[in-house]
Amino acid sequence: MIDKLSWIAIYPEIVLLVMACIIALADLSVVSARRTATYVLTLLTLAVVAVLAGMQAANGQTIYGFGGMVVSDPMGNWLKCFSSVVLMAALVYGRPYAGDRDMLRGGELFTLSMLALLGMFVMISGSNFLLIYLGLELLTLSSYALVALRRDHAVASEAAMKYFVLGAMASGFLLYGLSMMYGATGSLDVNEVFKAIASRQVNHQVLVFGLVFIVAGLAFKLGAVPFHMWLPDVYHGAPTAVTLLIGSAPELAAFAILIRLLVEGLLPLAFDWQQMLALLAIASLLVGNLAAIAQTNLKRMLAYSTIAHTGFMLLGMVAGVVNGNSYNAQFAYSASMFYIVTYVMTTLVSFGIILLLARGGFESDEIADLAGLNQRSPLYAAVMAIAMFSLAGIPPMVGFYAKLVVLQALVATGQALYIALAVFAVITSLIGAFYYLRVVKVMYFDEPLTATTVAAPRDVRAVLTLNGALILVLGILPGGLMALCAQAIVATLAG
Amino acid sequence: MGLLSLAIWLPIAVGVVLLAFGRDAWARGVRWIALVGSIVSFLVTLPVWTRFDNGTSAMQFVEKSPWIERFNIHYHLGVDGLSMWFVLLTAFITVIVVISAWEVITERVNQYMGAFLILSGLMIGVFCALDGMLFYVFFEATLIPMYLIIGIWGGPNKIYAAFKFFLYTLLGSLLMLVAFIYLYNAAGGSFDIAAWHRLPLAGTAQTLLFFAFFAAFAVKVPMWPVHTWLPDVHVEAPTGGSAVLAAIMLKLGAYGFLRFSLPIVPDASREWAWLMIALSLIAVIYVGLVAIVQKDMKKLVAYSSVAHMGFVTLGFFIFSDLGVAGGIVQMIAHGFVSGAMFLCIGVLYDRVHSRQIADYGGVVNTMPKFAAFALLFAMANCGLPATAGFVGEWMVILAAVKANFWIGLLAAVALILGAAYTLWMYKRVYLGAPGNRHVEELTDINGREFLMLTLLALAVLWMGLDPKPFTDVMDASVADLLKHVAQSKLP
Repeated sequence: MIDKLSWIAIYPEIVLLVMACIIALADLSVVSARRTATYVLTLLTLAVVAVLAGMQAANGQTIYGFGGMVVSDPMGNWLKCFSSVVLMAALVYGRPYAGDRDMLRGGELFTLSMLALLGMFVMISGSNFLLIYLGLELLTLSSYALVALRRDHAVASEAAMKYFVLGAMASGFLLYGLSMMYGATGSLDVNEVFKAIASRQVNHQVLVFGLVFIVAGLAFKLGAVPFHMWLPDVYHGAPTAVTLLIGSAPELAAFAILIRLLVEGLLPLAFDWQQMLALLAIASLLVGNLAAIAQTNLKRMLAYSTIAHTGFMLLGMVAGVVNGNSYNAQFAYSASMFYIVTYVMTTLVSFGIILLLARGGFESDEIADLAGLNQRSPLYAAVMAIAMFSLAGIPPMVGFYAKLVVLQALVATGQALYIALAVFAVITSLIGAFYYLRVVKVMYFDEPLTATTVAAPRDVRAVLTLNGALILVLGILPGGLMALCAQAIVATLAG
Repeated sequence: MGLLSLAIWLPIAVGVVLLAFGRDAWARGVRWIALVGSIVSFLVTLPVWTRFDNGTSAMQFVEKSPWIERFNIHYHLGVDGLSMWFVLLTAFITVIVVISAWEVITERVNQYMGAFLILSGLMIGVFCALDGMLFYVFFEATLIPMYLIIGIWGGPNKIYAAFKFFLYTLLGSLLMLVAFIYLYNAAGGSFDIAAWHRLPLAGTAQTLLFFAFFAAFAVKVPMWPVHTWLPDVHVEAPTGGSAVLAAIMLKLGAYGFLRFSLPIVPDASREWAWLMIALSLIAVIYVGLVAIVQKDMKKLVAYSSVAHMGFVTLGFFIFSDLGVAGGIVQMIAHGFVSGAMFLCIGVLYDRVHSRQIADYGGVVNTMPKFAAFALLFAMANCGLPATAGFVGEWMVILAAVKANFWIGLLAAVALILGAAYTLWMYKRVYLGAPGNRHVEELTDINGREFLMLTLLALAVLWMGLDPKPFTDVMDASVADLLKHVAQSKLP
């Protein structure tokens, strides 16, 4: 007999799953090439799911369901709410592009992205190693298919192949690490594993051995150096609409499993995984920022920028436990959460602009394609500039506060090593500022290659403008989102 | 809404409206809105002066409300004698800049005017902020409009200049950000600048903080040897950009020394004063010599700015009331004078499209009215008594002689250099027979330019003839600041 609470814990997932199936079936009777009916239905579903998740999040309760298999806590619910909204925006931006490239036929884009979202939800709410892994696989399998959606397109197929092979290997790593944990502690339940490790009855060497594989697997999924090789190729090769799908909401889910696995499950091993994450972060910041400078392709540049931002976000995860004391944990992890949420918000804009400028047979993904955008459309140039300044971390954009909270978490430890890490992060973000500024330069200082004005469907125009404004408004009033992240993390750490 | 909030947000609001709704199709309307907006913004700042209480060193017109509660960050504004004049100066220069761009800027007028109005509000915000994070946000945010101004309306090598400006100043401010976060934690979770003033700090921490501040402010001032961005940027920036940069943005750095370095890390400031004095003297003498040999007028004035700002930092690190007050007076005076010098170059550039001294000669023959204004500003630039330039330099030299005769002597040498490069430039550009056909065809300044230069000339003369209102305002605050600096904060 499954109690009622268990169903409450997962009912956004249920709604999503049922609707994904219904929409897949309903799409059979949709004839329009643009799939307007499917599109509207999908957006409606996502909106409903976002509201459901948001209501549960606002509720502030932590519920465990199915014998501790799943957890519904404010952090998870907020992340679910945000990922649904992010997916909505991504679909709005991506639909004209996908329609032009014959990717909407059959409606798989919508179904697959909903299944990917379902995978994210399962990752986010999983409180059991196996369940988290299943969620991850559902997400990645849907993503492989999405990347390969243009099956007659050579570059996209190559990207899909790379993504699949490397992703499968990463999953193997993760699964192997998880099985080591299971072997050592005798449980797959996150909280049980925590208790077992905290009791210090378990062989430390086995745990660290498993941990290495878990961290490597996660680093693969996150795209942290040196496990980042797939990321630029996939970002570049995938159809831009799909790049946006795999580059936005899944980041939120990846953050959630970082918290679920490393913090909720393996916090007693924090000393070990913090060192690993610190190295990953340093390497990511360095390689991401330096390699991004050399790119001429905007999608590749943004891919390397993702790597660099992953590094910055990981810095927050590093600062949680100092000398065995976890008083800084809530500040550090909520800083990372704030970072990733605002980063995803900004990524949406940058890819949204690329999608907007792409035409029938023209991809518009070179940096030079943005030339003179300010003369062609001051509005979109301003939106893109806001996104770029935000990624560079210049106030008053929200990206600045993201960097601020992470740096604060590092400096608050009071350790010289951490402060040195903060200075290092600051210097690499100066390097980063260069390539973001270059995009602004191309848009504002260069002469346009074509005089055509930029036309956008009304929904894209509205969402993109709102999205850009949000980056600025949250930059002027970031307090609310910061408090939200803090409360979510506090509740998770307590639960 | 408080007075200072109004002074900050009114120009920003007008700027945003211009950006959002302005079109080149109705550039005329855009210009008028910008002008009215900037004038009203200036008028709003006037009560800050008239209602200012000279007798106290406390912050006035204070506004405080929570901003980011999680980090105890407040929207905390206020001015004291150190900052009050800069609020007015910024708003005043913005009016001048709007006038100066009237017919000159014909493309994307709304973006040009909007950028300057937003910039004006942000810079006033820097001078009014009493919360470290608020200060930082305003301080950094100024980079964005300036970057765009240089890059869009600048000269041939504008892109190099825009990047150099942005990255150079960003490096410094990022180190300052780490320093701010350190102070926040040291102060038990507060970004309140006044709390930082009272915070005891160990010697090593003070030294590190001092150099973090130094990285941010010395680049902005700019001090030798991190001044190299300024000439490059000035040469490429449009006239208005150069004027705002020289008149106000450089002051943000000097103001930072006053608000942060001196009172927060007094022991390190005293310990490293020799270095600051040495760098300042190098700035006034070496950079003065560099200025003499420049062939480009804008470069010459840019180097002269570095030299003049050297006086400011010299005055600050002598730690006497005369020196600090002299430094601040010099900042204000340099705001008027350097702004005016760049606008004069702009007037010539608009007609001849050259900044090379060699392309001119005998301008006085065709532009007598203009040459008279230029002479006044040139004299002010070399510190002639009865002009604004004299007061501050004289106070600083006096303070320097009191502190150490040789420092005073070296500083005084700079006055001679200042006269040399300014007057020699004046001679080559304005005096003699018309140098070429372009000069012969010049037309004298029109009503708009006359108005703009008259406003500046009045300011320069007023400050030179009657500096008392300026110094009276700052006396109490300077005394209080020096009291802070004199106290050791070592635990």
